[in-house]
Amino acid sequence: MTEHLTIGFLPLVDACLPILAHEHGFAEEEGVALSFQRDVSWATVLDRLLYGHSDAAHLIAPLAIATTLGRGRPAQPLATPFVLGLNGNAITFSPELAAKVAEPGKLSDPVRLGAALADEARARAAAGKRIRFGVVHRYSSHNYMLRYWLAASGIRPDEDVEIVTVAPPFVADALETGEVDGACVGEPWNSAAVQRGVGVIVLATAQIWRRGVEKVLAFRAPVLEARRPAVEALIRAMRKAGAHFVDQANWEANAEILSRPEYLGSDPKLILGAISDRLVLVQGAEPVQYHDFMFQHREAANFPWVSQAQWLYTQLLRWDHTPYSAEDAAAAARVFRPDVYRSALIQTGDLLPGASSKVEGGVGKLTAVTAQQGAMVLSKDTFFDGRTFDPDDLERYLESLRRG
Amino acid sequence: MRIAIVDESASRASIIEEGLAQLPDIELFVLTERRGLLARIEEIAPDVVLIDLGNPSRDVLEEYFTVSRVVARPIAMFVDESDEEAIGASIDAGVSVYVVDGLASNRIRSVLDLAVRRFNAFARLQSDLAEAKGKLAERETVDKAKRILMQSKGVTEPEAYAELRRKAMSSSRRIVDIAEAVVTAHELMGGE
Repeated sequence: MTEHLTIGFLPLVDACLPILAHEHGFAEEEGVALSFQRDVSWATVLDRLLYGHSDAAHLIAPLAIATTLGRGRPAQPLATPFVLGLNGNAITFSPELAAKVAEPGKLSDPVRLGAALADEARARAAAGKRIRFGVVHRYSSHNYMLRYWLAASGIRPDEDVEIVTVAPPFVADALETGEVDGACVGEPWNSAAVQRGVGVIVLATAQIWRRGVEKVLAFRAPVLEARRPAVEALIRAMRKAGAHFVDQANWEANAEILSRPEYLGSDPKLILGAISDRLVLVQGAEPVQYHDFMFQHREAANFPWVSQAQWLYTQLLRWDHTPYSAEDAAAAARVFRPDVYRSALIQTGDLLPGASSKVEGGVGKLTAVTAQQGAMVLSKDTFFDGRTFDPDDLERYLESLRRG
Repeated sequence: MRIAIVDESASRASIIEEGLAQLPDIELFVLTERRGLLARIEEIAPDVVLIDLGNPSRDVLEEYFTVSRVVARPIAMFVDESDEEAIGASIDAGVSVYVVDGLASNRIRSVLDLAVRRFNAFARLQSDLAEAKGKLAERETVDKAKRILMQSKGVTEPEAYAELRRKAMSSSRRIVDIAEAVVTAHELMGGE
């Protein structure tokens, strides 16, 4: 019997895997029927998940952890057996700010840009007009990536600059009206700002952390348990969709599907840019290639590493300015469910890592690692400042971040 | 009690407003503009904020409430365990509610119940309207198909309709489906 799942999503390119699993019949092949609920705010995507309008949701990973820990609302345990993708976001400045501190037309070096921005931020703060950045949500990887980069560049995110929330579709408006000087957002919203001439892309978040965890597919924990066969079928279908998604032969067709009004409702050319890692950085310029801008499939990219959840937990403490709790750390780690991912794919021959946790940012070059299934090779996954994250000692990591 | 209704649909906002106006001792503020929303909210200093689920400003507003909780006026989504059912009903109706801390819960409850009822009433109006529009479109298709048959086969209008109906009955489909097929075929054959 075919099981049915409703998936909530925001119109962003990285909602692609469940959508393509449905459109190309991979879900049907696995015996699961999908329908979609499109929304325009994370608050609504989350509400619909919590109150049963949807069975699963395309969600910013930190929000799944914050919800489990009861930040901002009563705690409700969420579970994610599948990472929808790594990175795929960019930092876009207003043309004025970009002209001052970056090299418009090129992706900047994050260290050099950070240093130039630090000078400008101090000057602006002294003049009583702090630089203001937009992010899509307090509990978003966008916020954490931006803050990680700012802090490592000597800019205190809560003192030297201002960070406000801007809904992705309005980032271009906010840049145009001067409401913000820059933003960290997913595609196609950076490119939309560039196309209108109100923004210049200066950094890809993949330059800050080469393999940064981005969106996840989240379930309520009890729903995940109750619907295990359907969940595992969906995981297999999304792995097939991922193989299809990264195959160059399918890029144009997939961009067209995703651009439809019921999904992203935006220009297929902009979507194709993100899919193919080719971004137009300044209005009218030729696209620039940046490999692995989005990372949706290779190297078991969808595997929910417990260490990713733990890293997100450290950033949540860092920027909510709350103390470490062993109990919360354990609850946060449990949000990522590699056991479910393994169980779904063990019969398929698909790549499965041997470990469920790793030192994040510890791989400097192509490295073979132990696998439970297949030949597992990881390529460079470093943070731009060379720091590594050891999930065995969260407190020491937090302490080292505090010391700067 | 000061209630802010945030809704980009002016017609829905006015239906909610009309409903809530029945309550005693309240002041209502309707905000339909996205620009300057937070400044307006700050100025109004509402005790209750109603915002529709389809509003793209929800994340911005929630962030403002999170910060305001730290600053001065603690505002939370109307959620403690006992409210679960009420919240569920409001989410079903398509509205979310934020309330200043310390407001008597029976008062909030009456606001919420009314808001939910008005949202549902609006949704019913919309689906009635959509249905009426759908019916109108169907009639237009049938008329178009009749004209095509009249021109191409030289039959009268009642004869054209009878033919559509006969075909529909023999293939157990709806008349509008047959009409649509006729119109599509005609277009494909180069008709206008």
